[in-house]
Amino acid sequence: MALSALLVLVFIALPLATMLTAPTWEVLRKTLADKEVLDSVWLSMTTAATAAGIAFLFGTPLAYILARNAFPGKKLVESLVDLPIMIPHPVVGIALLSLTSPRIWFGQALQSMGIEFMGTRTGIVTVLVFVGMPFYINAAKSGIESIPTRLEKVSRSLGAGAGATFFRITLPLCWRYMLVGMIMCMARAISEFGAIIIVAYHPMIAPVLMYERFTAYGLKFSQPVAVILILVSMLFFLLLRTLSLPKEKE
Amino acid sequence: MIRLTDLYMDLPGFTLDHVSLHVRPGEFFALMGATGSGKTLVLETVAGLTRLDGGRVDIGGRDVTGLPPEQRNVSLVYQDHALFPHLTVLQNVMYGQRYHGIPADEGKREALALLDLLGLGSQEKRRPARLSGGEKQRVALARALACRPDVILLDEPLSSLDPQFRGELRRTLKEAHANTGATFLMVTHDFVDALTLAERAAVIKGGVLQQEDSVTNIFRRPATPFVAAFTGMTNILPATYEGAGCAFAGCRFDGLPDLPHWARGYAAVRPEDVIVGAESDFPADWCVLRGRVERLEREGFTWTASVLCAGEPITATVDHHLVLGGRLAPGTEVTLGFARAHLHHMPETA
Repeated sequence: MALSALLVLVFIALPLATMLTAPTWEVLRKTLADKEVLDSVWLSMTTAATAAGIAFLFGTPLAYILARNAFPGKKLVESLVDLPIMIPHPVVGIALLSLTSPRIWFGQALQSMGIEFMGTRTGIVTVLVFVGMPFYINAAKSGIESIPTRLEKVSRSLGAGAGATFFRITLPLCWRYMLVGMIMCMARAISEFGAIIIVAYHPMIAPVLMYERFTAYGLKFSQPVAVILILVSMLFFLLLRTLSLPKEKE
Repeated sequence: MIRLTDLYMDLPGFTLDHVSLHVRPGEFFALMGATGSGKTLVLETVAGLTRLDGGRVDIGGRDVTGLPPEQRNVSLVYQDHALFPHLTVLQNVMYGQRYHGIPADEGKREALALLDLLGLGSQEKRRPARLSGGEKQRVALARALACRPDVILLDEPLSSLDPQFRGELRRTLKEAHANTGATFLMVTHDFVDALTLAERAAVIKGGVLQQEDSVTNIFRRPATPFVAAFTGMTNILPATYEGAGCAFAGCRFDGLPDLPHWARGYAAVRPEDVIVGAESDFPADWCVLRGRVERLEREGFTWTASVLCAGEPITATVDHHLVLGGRLAPGTEVTLGFARAHLHHMPETA
């Protein structure tokens, strides 16, 4: 069993370690001074964080409804929520692009409101919300399900309304699940490439820049960008994971 | 205070079937029933936590059927305490006060006084996870009382407690009821809890109300064989009625008081009212039966004898000296007697 576990760990760690140790310090230093690289990493991080924030705001009510209610078609709704995980990512890009095309009423409505989708941050964030939302909703739903319904019922009977009960009981008891959901949503968003390349080649997020450098200059020039993205992401996720760990209280 | 009229709810696999109930102001009322009988559903309906398919709920003369839980001025105490784990004991107790217009400083004073009253004076800064079962239940009770509700709803408040804490909490509940003057509605599957605490009670089975009456009447005059068995009146014997007499367990008894007019039914008597002794021990107007001890069973500190009388088993609570002294053993021929007033009759159709 230990050997099998070790094999899995090596399988994950070896390619990453090879890539992380491939660039020389000189190349890495030059890459760190490259404004285009830093901009793309910043764009990747901020758009992913925005997507996670949007998932929290709009995904929480749906997660609550799914966790607390039984209704006809619930399985269908749950499958719909999971769908973005399963469909090929270029399909996501094509679908969103079709929806926002000026040739159809929805795209025209967006355009009339001054919302541009193709080649904009808005487009990138929309794609990232689409692909990351299932991870957040499922984690938040598990968190809400872990809280006994009776706590909420008692809170209501003590005079707290539905909103007050959510903010004073439900949220304090499951925020760690929600944070983990946001981390997963953000992680998924940072790694997105297939849909983004269709919707917004520019402005360039880090994976698109890596792809461009790889096709234009080769492996040697795409590796340092990847190393920087991995290091920044690891640092950020370690911080969030630490925050989400339960503390021992009296 | 609480009037439930024709409550109807159709759920998958269960129907609450037109339940009507009246709990008087300031009374301690017990709703009894086995697991799955619908008693907690009735309680949650009073609290406004379930959606009715029909019927009406009045609290304090006000129709609250369509009102959300927070507008009913009732507080709920569940058997598993349902304390908020992220809050301290004091924060738990003070939780609902702000919604009842109780100022924070006054609320804190009251909450601390309540904790003192319930023997939790030094526990206010602790988290629920560090409390014993009995302490948790008292915190839950303090939390419910701290809102100054009109009605306290108790869902099996004693069932999750160890036996040594039960008596203590029964006394606490009794004192809390006497001190607050609030109306208490308790659901329980344990008829001893109802007998100890409540003035009036009702029994529910499979979503259908079987009987609503004073606790004494429910225990002495159960309406149906189910209520009789549920409240410990385990001797339920098929009986025939003719003229001024009644026949069961192979004997006919004449001149019984309050004989019903039906031809067939059930005669019932509580095991603790059945005495094992010699025929000469019993007063002349008692019902006397003869039989053979089938088995003896120990229930805690008491013993019961199952005696077969003309093919009908009759259970009697017996003095442990009789058993331990060897005067009563399986196979012993015995005489059973009970006062005629303790005999209860129920119709066959009930």
